[in-house]
Amino acid sequence: MAALSSLAWLIDGLLVVGLLWLAWRALSCRDLFTAIVLFIAFGLLMALAWVRLEAPDIALAEAAIGAGLTGALLLAALARLQSADADEVITERGAGRWWSTSPLPWLAVSAIAVGMGYVVMSLPAAAPGLSHEVATHLAASGVGNPVTAVLLNFRGYDTLLELMVLLLALLGVWSLGGMPLHIDTHPSPVLDTLSRQLLPVLILVAAYLLWAGADAPGGAFQAGAVLGAAGVLLLLAGWRLRTGLTRLPLRLALIVGPVTFVIVAAVTLLVEGQLLAFPTEHAGLLILIVETAAMLSIGATLAALFMGGHPDNQQVHR
Amino acid sequence: MTAIHLYALAGVGLFTLGLHALIVHAHLLRKILAVNVMGSGVFLLLVALARRTGEALPDAVPQAMVLTGIVVAIAATALALVLILQLAAETGRATLPDDRRESR
Amino acid sequence: MTPSDYLTACLLIVGAVFFLAGTLGLLRFPDVYTRLHALTKADNVGLGLMIAGLAVQATSWAVLGKLLLIWVLVLLAGASVAQLIARGALHRGVRWWRR
Repeated sequence: MAALSSLAWLIDGLLVVGLLWLAWRALSCRDLFTAIVLFIAFGLLMALAWVRLEAPDIALAEAAIGAGLTGALLLAALARLQSADADEVITERGAGRWWSTSPLPWLAVSAIAVGMGYVVMSLPAAAPGLSHEVATHLAASGVGNPVTAVLLNFRGYDTLLELMVLLLALLGVWSLGGMPLHIDTHPSPVLDTLSRQLLPVLILVAAYLLWAGADAPGGAFQAGAVLGAAGVLLLLAGWRLRTGLTRLPLRLALIVGPVTFVIVAAVTLLVEGQLLAFPTEHAGLLILIVETAAMLSIGATLAALFMGGHPDNQQVHR
Repeated sequence: MTAIHLYALAGVGLFTLGLHALIVHAHLLRKILAVNVMGSGVFLLLVALARRTGEALPDAVPQAMVLTGIVVAIAATALALVLILQLAAETGRATLPDDRRESR
Repeated sequence: MTPSDYLTACLLIVGAVFFLAGTLGLLRFPDVYTRLHALTKADNVGLGLMIAGLAVQATSWAVLGKLLLIWVLVLLAGASVAQLIARGALHRGVRWWRR
């Protein structure tokens, strides 16, 4: 066992060193494109760290959302900044106020780091937290995966508000006016074929993640992220929503998640007298209904966030 | 010092790196990267602390919070990026007006 | 360690060696096109060997099917992305390395 634990230490140590080094390189790189690519690699290493910390649901979400979709958003924004010919947009690094070139920020930040490190090391080494409560009530929650149970049953109110936050962000993006999404004059046939072949597979994978999320790692957010990635792939290949679908059907797809959750909350309030108190015999079904609607909304919202503006306001520059 | 302490300190380190980059850099896109790195550090700390349950399954409540946090982080990043693009379209530069060199 | 465990370990290690070779190509080759060539080819073989190693340990046909699906998807994505990067580099006028 001693050899195994030293191997585990080696892996953990290399992973941590890799994470810190990648983060430092991504933040201090001169070229913004390289910085964003390093940030995507950093996100993928974080997914490995989540697996080492026995959080596979978070690993799935980090790989899809944290590394993939955030990287796509950042690269799209960088492309739009570069094409806007903004003055000194790319090479300006540091050199803002007087403290950018002095050691003062390093001293202040190091003091904060030492303080936080001391607090972290002085926390108790074994603390069950809420795991006992979750374990005892898991059978009555309707699902077998404790993270899904916490997200959609025990702390369902947080998830309801989170869906609202997603919608609010999209409203903010839409209300700021459309930014043109640039596509190639001749989109590559490889990209076209790839998006056509991958779309059914992605929908199937999303449905599988949603279904498997009840008892295994997965769930609505990971499935929604896969759908959002499918939407991003389609947008990159040059596909646009038909004009008839950009008004009511798009809006319906965006709000079906929060609205379903609110309806379920209202029904439980009326029937059980308490907000989001799922009755034990129907809890599994209610969670599945809410998760399906949430998956659709999350996928549509993430793809719409990548588009960067309302579909009707898009001027496509070729 | 266990593996949990290693990851928790790594989370502190990431938060520190992100905070320093947030203070020092003037370019807004770099600030967004820095905020995302800070968020990843906080998540790493939370999940490492959730692993302190010993032989049993890790604590699911901080993991659910981190999952929520990842989704909210991308929503905020998307909104912030659109704000940056609007600012660049209006003023021609992707930095805040305060942060530009005094010589200009 | 059963014989299948030894087989898995061998396949995983050989796969890792191929990944290392691909990364070495990424670091040492002179331009975008040769780097893409090294990375994609070596990584595909490395991934195939690693999936084969894990398939030995698979407990059911469903797990085996999922592993094969992962391999096919990564193969597809890797090849397509390599072509797209090379096409983009060609359009931007990146010259290829000449001796």
